[in-house]
Amino acid sequence: MSTLLLVTLLLPLVGGVVVAALPTDRLQLAKQLTLGLSLVVLVLTLVMAVRFDTGGERFQYVSSYTWIADFGVRFALGVDGIAVVLIALIGVLVPVVVAASWNDEPPRRPHERAVDREHAAGADRPVARGMHSMKAFFAWLLVLETMMIGVFAATDVFLFYVFFEVMLVPMYFLIGSFGGPRRQYAAVKFFLYSLLGGLIMLASVIGLFVVSQSQLGQGTFAFDALRQLEITPGTQKLLFLGFFIAFAIKAPLVPFHTWLPDAGAEAPIGGAVLLVGVLDKVGTFGFLRYCLPLFPDASRFFAPFALVLSVVGIVYAALLAMGQSDMKRLIAYTSIAHFGFIGLGIFAFTTQAGTGAVLYMVNHGISTGALFLIVGVLINRGGSRLIGDYGGMARITPLLGGAFLIAGLSSLALPGTNSFVSEFLVLIGSFGTQPVFAIIATAGIILAALYILLMYQRTMHGPDNLSNPRLRTARDLDKRELATIGPLIALIIVLGVYPKPLLDIITPAVEATMVDLGATDPAPTVAEEAGS
Amino acid sequence: MIEAPSVSYAGLSPVLLVLGAALVGVLVEAFVPRAYRWGTQLAVALGGTLGALVAVALVAGKQELTLARAVAIDGPALFLEGTLALLGVLAILLLAERSPDMGGSAFVAQAAVPVGTALDRQLSTQTRSQTEVFPLATFALGGMMLFAASNNLLVMFVALEVLSLPLYLLAGLSRRRRLLSQEAALKYFLLGAFTSAFFLYGLALIYGFAGTVDLRGIFDQAAGTDKSDALFVIGLAMLIVGLLFKAGVAPFHTWTPDVYQGAPTSVTAFMAACTKVAAFGAILRILYVGFGNSDWTWRPVLYGVAIVTLIVGSVLALTQTDVKRMLAYSSIAHAGFILTGTIANSAAGLSSTMFYLLTYGLTTIGSFAVVMLVRDAEGEAGHLSQWAGLAKRSPLVAGVFSLFLLALAGIPLTSGFTGKFVVFRAALDAGAGPLVVIALLASAVAAFFYIRVIVLMYFSEPAADGPTVAVPGMLTTVSLAIAAAATVLLGVAPGAVLDLANQAAQFVG
Repeated sequence: MSTLLLVTLLLPLVGGVVVAALPTDRLQLAKQLTLGLSLVVLVLTLVMAVRFDTGGERFQYVSSYTWIADFGVRFALGVDGIAVVLIALIGVLVPVVVAASWNDEPPRRPHERAVDREHAAGADRPVARGMHSMKAFFAWLLVLETMMIGVFAATDVFLFYVFFEVMLVPMYFLIGSFGGPRRQYAAVKFFLYSLLGGLIMLASVIGLFVVSQSQLGQGTFAFDALRQLEITPGTQKLLFLGFFIAFAIKAPLVPFHTWLPDAGAEAPIGGAVLLVGVLDKVGTFGFLRYCLPLFPDASRFFAPFALVLSVVGIVYAALLAMGQSDMKRLIAYTSIAHFGFIGLGIFAFTTQAGTGAVLYMVNHGISTGALFLIVGVLINRGGSRLIGDYGGMARITPLLGGAFLIAGLSSLALPGTNSFVSEFLVLIGSFGTQPVFAIIATAGIILAALYILLMYQRTMHGPDNLSNPRLRTARDLDKRELATIGPLIALIIVLGVYPKPLLDIITPAVEATMVDLGATDPAPTVAEEAGS
Repeated sequence: MIEAPSVSYAGLSPVLLVLGAALVGVLVEAFVPRAYRWGTQLAVALGGTLGALVAVALVAGKQELTLARAVAIDGPALFLEGTLALLGVLAILLLAERSPDMGGSAFVAQAAVPVGTALDRQLSTQTRSQTEVFPLATFALGGMMLFAASNNLLVMFVALEVLSLPLYLLAGLSRRRRLLSQEAALKYFLLGAFTSAFFLYGLALIYGFAGTVDLRGIFDQAAGTDKSDALFVIGLAMLIVGLLFKAGVAPFHTWTPDVYQGAPTSVTAFMAACTKVAAFGAILRILYVGFGNSDWTWRPVLYGVAIVTLIVGSVLALTQTDVKRMLAYSSIAHAGFILTGTIANSAAGLSSTMFYLLTYGLTTIGSFAVVMLVRDAEGEAGHLSQWAGLAKRSPLVAGVFSLFLLALAGIPLTSGFTGKFVVFRAALDAGAGPLVVIALLASAVAAFFYIRVIVLMYFSEPAADGPTVAVPGMLTTVSLAIAAAATVLLGVAPGAVLDLANQAAQFVG
């Protein structure tokens, strides 16, 4: 038993309750407390990742307590190599989000906005109070952190399901209370899509329990016990579909993706970073952790289907991204394309591709997080989400332009940035078993270059956009913004040059998953040479 | 010379205490001076229900038939009696609410006065009120407890009438919106009387088939049927119609929204929670004890009825603009979920249905208690648009209501999820996979209208002349706090109560 993981899980929740209980006028204290706690959690997650024994047990830092005896449910935690790096990603992103949201203000009520317009000329206009206190924002953020860690750390399927569903509530309030103009619509759409997926998964979760009851005599939700079950292929297919649909909505794969552009665009920047950077990874994580090991036969049966969805997503979402005029929507669509790559890596059933997919999840969290933050700064300066309202910003705000370029290049997987390593591993690993899909996916890289570079060019270069007077006086990145975006930019380069520590942690876990699946890597061919 | 049957007073004590309190209540109404009546009535009613709760705890574990096999004292009976007593306590606390902040008493002094007459106008401006709601509610509660415990169709019919008649009256007692309230009472009475006739006719046919009204006797006779017995099949069908009406199951649900809307909200809370528990208690007993071996007759029917109920409840709730009507349709959808557990016809089906009834009852009473608090000059603000931006005005009330809505939607860590989980597990175990999938899809649809209210409360602009949130009186606060605490507790740590339900899942007879 190790309590490190348990403490890491519960600390933000306790902090969230404390922050929520603070009086409304102690906003500054709430912010400091949130930042402090999230930094402590960061240290804890890094300690976990560093001390993770790559040659040791599959699940480490395990702890397990009886929860609901009647269902055989245990409050069981533990992390494998995949979960530990994703939890570290959460640890990194949350403090960044806290710092990035430091000066955010809650959305105004319509009549207050009208007052703002009237007072726009006057310098000393009264500061209007929004509908919601930012204190709630930070409280929900901390609660969300617990839920996110929990969903990766649960080793009991029931517990996983609970985190999977409850996680929606804080994110729902983050989007609905602090988002953009269409936040109500986006919040409800996000909630219902995910809930629907979750309920379909619930049928499979209960089904698994019933199967375990008939085979083991005693029903259980323990992941390790469920892996040992011999489920008939017909039942496997049904149960697999329940999980698969839930994860495909969450990830999201085309055609289950339509909620993400709305939610991503309307969420506050901090919420968007966590939504796309972490929450969506639960879907791809779920494929690897639950679909493949629990239902190996069904996974093989449905793999072509999943691969088609992934590859279609890569191309289709890239094309849609090119057509966007709203920067936040554009990044949301690029993420859908990236999730296609991750799906390809997972369902190619090779260790190399699987490892690449997990690394891709981490890298995507970092580079998309950075992109969202940078776009957030840009929107803060220019007051608009539309690409057309900008131009020539690199001259006015050179630091911002530089950061944008690096994050953008990472998103299109330029060699030397972190994403290159993972994208390369996915493509090379999947080429061995799925050459056709790998080749089509490669075309996605070209499209990625197009949509990212076009956005960069239109906002950062070219003539100044004279129609937007706020641009001429725009400030460059200040110290706080540098402190939030800087670490992510540094990670982009460090992990691009030296990804080995992460790969060392991830690989054994992916190998174990492939053993569960019964997949053998193809004999070393050209891929081996190219990889070395 | 008829020999008097032996009576297990200990086993019957929960029912006797509640009915005794009702009788004392009638006397109090006649003899105690007006100034002291309210307090005395409240004390008597609470004493009876709390006493019943204690009695259930003391009697727990007993397995016997008493009063010449007419009444069962067994796990399910005691569990449901305990549930009813607990819900009854919470409902009585709501019925007793009369703080001026919430418009004084919610009940009219003379319910029979025609709407629009001079006397009616006079009544609406007075605060004078009668306290007969307490004995009426206690009588109904006693009837419900007996309904779930009767091992004999005749006793069950008597219990049905004992629980129904006071409810018809209670529905018509609203002090505001008299016309709606009288319409609700009349509608409930007419349809209720009609279904009582159905039940009675079914009873007669079953008696014709089996030669007995004892559930065990019917069970034995049904074992010998060659599946072509018209008396048996038609009789059972009519019994089921009568019971499904009380439980608010589609297609016998049409009274629910009108009655829930028209009745005083505290009465609606009482009806919605307790009647459902009692009706499903009787359904379980009749089907499991009397017709457990002939489930080829009722299982396919209930399977279909459950699907219709789930769809009707969750889809029609989408279009509602009145919060009480929305909760009424939600209660119909929940009846569908409860049926999902019932059709399992197993010990798991029994325990899961009972657990679901408990969680549903507590959450429902809590939700209606919140509805009582949101008021404008006209009384309660029923229209959903008036709830916009409520979280800004009163974060606590909005938060508590959100908790209840999330529980009704079945979000994990609330009691609603645990309840859904157990009934779905029982159904899946009994091979009702397709029904479970439909039920899950229905919960997704249902989630939409619960979430919509949360959106309204939290993310919408408050209307300029919106309602105020009344400061709840002490009684309502206690009731709300218990309901909210139970909703969280049964979601986070349901182990003890689940064990209790499992141990209780054993019929006698």
